[in-house]
Amino acid sequence: MIGSAGESGLTSVTAGEASAEAAKPLPEPIVSDMPLLRIEGVAKSFGNFRAVDRLSLDIRAGEFFALLGPSGCGKTTLLRLLAGFEAPDEGRILLGGNDIAQVLPHERPVNMMFQNYALFPHLSVRDNIAFGLKRAGMARADIKTRVAEMVALVKLEGLERRKPDQLSGGQRQRVALARSLARRPQVLLLDEPLAALDKKLRESTQAELMELQRRLGMTFIIVTHDQEEAMTMAGRIGVMDAGRLVQVATPRNLYEAPATRWIAEFVGDINLFNGQVVGREHSRLAVATSDAGTLAVSELWPPVTKEIVSVAIRPEKVKLSRRAPASDEGASHMINRLEGVVVDVNYLGGITTYKVKLESGALVRSSMANTARLDVDAYLAGQRVVAWFTADDCLVLEQ
Amino acid sequence: MAVGRITRFNMTSLALGLAFLYLPIVILIIYSFNASRLVNVWGGWSLRWYHEFFGDRAMLDAAWMSLSVGAVSATLATLLGTLAAIGLARGERFRGRALFSGMLYSPLVMPEVISGLSLLLLFVALNAERGFWTVTIAHTTLTMCFVTVVVQSRLTSLDRSLEEAAMDLGCDPLRAFLLVTLPQIVTAIVAGWMLAFILSLDDVVIASFTTGPGSATLPIRIYSEVRLGVKPEINAICTLVIGLIAVIIVIASFASKLSSTRGESAAPF
Repeated sequence: MIGSAGESGLTSVTAGEASAEAAKPLPEPIVSDMPLLRIEGVAKSFGNFRAVDRLSLDIRAGEFFALLGPSGCGKTTLLRLLAGFEAPDEGRILLGGNDIAQVLPHERPVNMMFQNYALFPHLSVRDNIAFGLKRAGMARADIKTRVAEMVALVKLEGLERRKPDQLSGGQRQRVALARSLARRPQVLLLDEPLAALDKKLRESTQAELMELQRRLGMTFIIVTHDQEEAMTMAGRIGVMDAGRLVQVATPRNLYEAPATRWIAEFVGDINLFNGQVVGREHSRLAVATSDAGTLAVSELWPPVTKEIVSVAIRPEKVKLSRRAPASDEGASHMINRLEGVVVDVNYLGGITTYKVKLESGALVRSSMANTARLDVDAYLAGQRVVAWFTADDCLVLEQ
Repeated sequence: MAVGRITRFNMTSLALGLAFLYLPIVILIIYSFNASRLVNVWGGWSLRWYHEFFGDRAMLDAAWMSLSVGAVSATLATLLGTLAAIGLARGERFRGRALFSGMLYSPLVMPEVISGLSLLLLFVALNAERGFWTVTIAHTTLTMCFVTVVVQSRLTSLDRSLEEAAMDLGCDPLRAFLLVTLPQIVTAIVAGWMLAFILSLDDVVIASFTTGPGSATLPIRIYSEVRLGVKPEINAICTLVIGLIAVIIVIASFASKLSSTRGESAAPF
């Protein structure tokens, strides 16, 4: 998998473990750091459309994992395969060592929170939450305690008798969460759980979900197209495109060390300069770009093998100044300076974003934090500036 | 553009339209309370013809026949029509689905004379004795598609993920349907039953093809009486039928309104 580069040193699931498991023909008691959920070469097609393409992924117990990708990338199909609403064409889904790929949804120790919540409109809040418990044949008194516990957990006290259409969007979201948690599933699947909430509510709910997950020690798998949401909540993120996982990494590694050019552009904003490697010394590359001259770039691990590359730099790592930054001789070759004219200024409150047009005609985006209330640092459209960034902040991506 | 403004022209055309629709019925109802034996001569108010009807054994038998054919055929049509609606709205995209749904709706557009005749030929070929059951079966085939239309439109407006949520929470597909889907569509099913009942009560053509001696439905009985001259008693019977249908329509429209404002219905489970 391509993604292994991004999470090097962070994943404990190694080849050694996998082969150790393969050597044991009989299922042993679950080892603590063995993955709770193992997806092995799972594929699913709808007609000629390959929604999930031989995908493999391990998820550990107690993990908060996010599946991130553009719409149509297969992330929701993968979630539905885990919930049992779709059966895979090939591959295995192991939960605690047992293959559940062909197990029907109602027999899986997995619950799902639906994007539109799917609350039963004819049942009250209490009956919605108790629904799964009744099906599990729980005793009446136990159901009562569990429902009360769940209602308290999602802070819905006093609304137990309401019907879903008498609740606000945020309250419905909580009922859906309580209902899916009530059966204490081994894995909770969340399909875009916050998409229908407004921004403020979404942010507070994100924090609550993380808190809940930590407190319950449950494994959460969330599907989202919102990268900020994924980065805020998840411990690891799997980025999907065209039915495949293109990278699995922590939020930081995903952002700072994207595995491919596609991910670099998908996650956050980025400036890209296409060019050719022309020199290499002391793990530093010189890349001749058509738009921005020759750029100095620190080489990352693994080393670049191809000659034609892209130099990528995040906007917040591009600084603007009126004159080229003064630098001592020793460090001067580590800084890239690009002269240009500010053509666009967007004040966004916390930060201001600039577009600088270089002599070549290419645009460089820069974003700078507004650390002072008065605009002493602001630049105006039409102003000549130097956009600069260090070699260490650059990424080299193969095209 | 003043949409919906009340002008003299609007009011006049509305009044004329309503008169065209309801004046004959109003006249029929008024004349059912006529004391005179002659249909077109007003002889003062009276309940005489209602008394006459409730003493008319043959007419009462026909009315009972109609009600029981209506009830049984509506129930059968509701069962079959609901199953068909579920199959069409929920089933996998099976081969020939479009053809099947098209064929299901053919009784909506098929001239009744043709359906009646073809059913008669079928019953003759099967050597079935014509009477209560042949009319009931004929009415079931006639009204089933109406039930399907009503229930299917409700089902397709339902959120599919409700059933999935039920399965996710431990229901097998059958229980998911019974516990979650059925409460949402029960009002549509009731409305469908009432529609089927009314259609069966109304029908003359198909019933006259498929009924046998001694088992005439009310419309057939009325039709044959009228051919010998209109008795005021007929007016009384028609008024009762109109009353019954009006009540059912009011209930059915309430039920469908209830179901469209998301099933607050009393769940049967």
